[in-house]
Amino acid sequence: MSTAKKNTKGIINWIDYRLPVVSFLKHSAVDYPTPRNLNYWWNFGSLAGFFLLVQIITGVILSMHYTAHVDHAFDSIEHIMRNVNHGWLIRYIHMNGASFFFIVVYIHIFRGLYYGSYKAPRELLWWLGIIILLLMMATAFMGYVLPWGQMSFWGATVITNLFSAIPLIGDNITQWLWGGYSVDNPTLSRFYTLHFLLPFLIVGVVVLHIVALHTHGSNNPLGIDRKGPQDSIPFHPFYTIKDLFGLSFALTIFFAVVFFAPDFLGHPDNYIPADPLKTPAHIVPEWYFLPFYAILRAIPDKLGGVIAMFSAIFVLFLLPWLDTSKVRSATFRPVYKILFWIFLIDAIVLGWVGSKPAEGIYIIISRIATLYYFLHFLILLPLLGKFEKNRPLPESIGKPVLAE
Amino acid sequence: MSENKKSKKKSRRSFIHQASGAMGVVAVAAAGWPLVDQMNPSKDVEALATIEVDISGLSEGQSKTVLWRGKPLFIKHRSQNEIDEAKSVNIEELPHPENDDERVKNPKYLVLIGVCTHLGCVPASDKGDFKGWFCPCHGSHYDTSGRIRKGPAPTNLEIPPYTFKDNNTILIG
Repeated sequence: MSTAKKNTKGIINWIDYRLPVVSFLKHSAVDYPTPRNLNYWWNFGSLAGFFLLVQIITGVILSMHYTAHVDHAFDSIEHIMRNVNHGWLIRYIHMNGASFFFIVVYIHIFRGLYYGSYKAPRELLWWLGIIILLLMMATAFMGYVLPWGQMSFWGATVITNLFSAIPLIGDNITQWLWGGYSVDNPTLSRFYTLHFLLPFLIVGVVVLHIVALHTHGSNNPLGIDRKGPQDSIPFHPFYTIKDLFGLSFALTIFFAVVFFAPDFLGHPDNYIPADPLKTPAHIVPEWYFLPFYAILRAIPDKLGGVIAMFSAIFVLFLLPWLDTSKVRSATFRPVYKILFWIFLIDAIVLGWVGSKPAEGIYIIISRIATLYYFLHFLILLPLLGKFEKNRPLPESIGKPVLAE
Repeated sequence: MSENKKSKKKSRRSFIHQASGAMGVVAVAAAGWPLVDQMNPSKDVEALATIEVDISGLSEGQSKTVLWRGKPLFIKHRSQNEIDEAKSVNIEELPHPENDDERVKNPKYLVLIGVCTHLGCVPASDKGDFKGWFCPCHGSHYDTSGRIRKGPAPTNLEIPPYTFKDNNTILIG
């Protein structure tokens, strides 16, 4: 890097002149100019990075004690819980870490939705985020299969069977995924490999996500571009401290769950070893898949349900162009602000209905909520940009603060 | 503000910085310990660290090999000749001087870890120049007390912790 000082004094300068690690960090994590008005909703990006790191560290450790074989997988998990030193702690952190990773990422996404962080010039930043979400979903799904309990087995069976909905080649694809005629040892073995591999791909996409972020800098609660240096403050110490403070809160909640309710977010049926001859009476995925599961079940057609479920995520790729408003932040969009909260409630309703049996009133609710989900993106947002009258935007980020 | 006050404020601040830094180090060490300790022997491995061996069928001159903590263990029922031979050695001449009495609880039964103290091979029984054990890897000779007499091994064959539970049972570990 050309900014590296030619100062030859000291070991750090000697190294930095040849390999600019220090000046790179200084450039991107210390001096990095950040909007001065970021609120606590901007903590969730670094929190997501933290939980990714926790998952990788605990996951690598668990892999030292886990056995990816149908005859031993369940027992090796119990071995971790009972015999391995601190194994219970490491596994509970990994198990709940997955849930917290999703909580943090979902909040991060809704932050982006509220403040219009997906709009130009941050479309690719948004896309990379959705790719991370998709990779996370694949990783979490395959990780849930590894303990080889009843929910692992039947979850894997149901999800892999989604691909059998594809016309003509569906059955060939599911057999290819399974490595056989049902979920069995070859499936477990390849899921283990992929569950180990994908997090490192996520790290790669996260790096791209950060490169894209640092190209135009963070969006901010006002959603307007920075006009000059008076609108920025250096990342360190202002946002390092703010992020650490937020992290201490997140960790307090996280460890309260890990120590006092470690199985609260899981399903007790997964402590029964997998039995290919008996499906549990009520089978649901992990909570973070429930809204999508509800959309899948809302459509009374096998292929249609699968298409709707995948579309629910893929529609996010089109969002930068579906939202035709030039104003980013919902603070200045009175109607969008209302629609945002309705959409959030809609997503929560979908999650709730996804946890209920697919019968009676729940089917009707899931259909209305699914319809609204797509209505929001495909009809309301494109039209809103044309008709909504936004509140006047401030001249600059610093102005309202500095003027008074 | 006077110079004095200023420098006092500065040192208070640096004290807070150092104190929180020290707390941070303690916290990271405490959080890191489970991640390190998980590689130590687990509870099921520790549970197998003690074994009982039945020696009732072992007649004079015979020896027996059992597996203990993943290593071979020799139990030798020595004849009177072998005991006398082990006792008659002038220990001043040995590379690793130890009396035979220090190496047995009951002179009839010699219990040894069957791992050569040179580089970890398993010595063969009743072989070598001293009628004890002989390690084929690099030619170490052990006598009837399992003491090194000739060859590259630095010390005598190790004795595991053990007790006689009764006349016919040894508890090892």
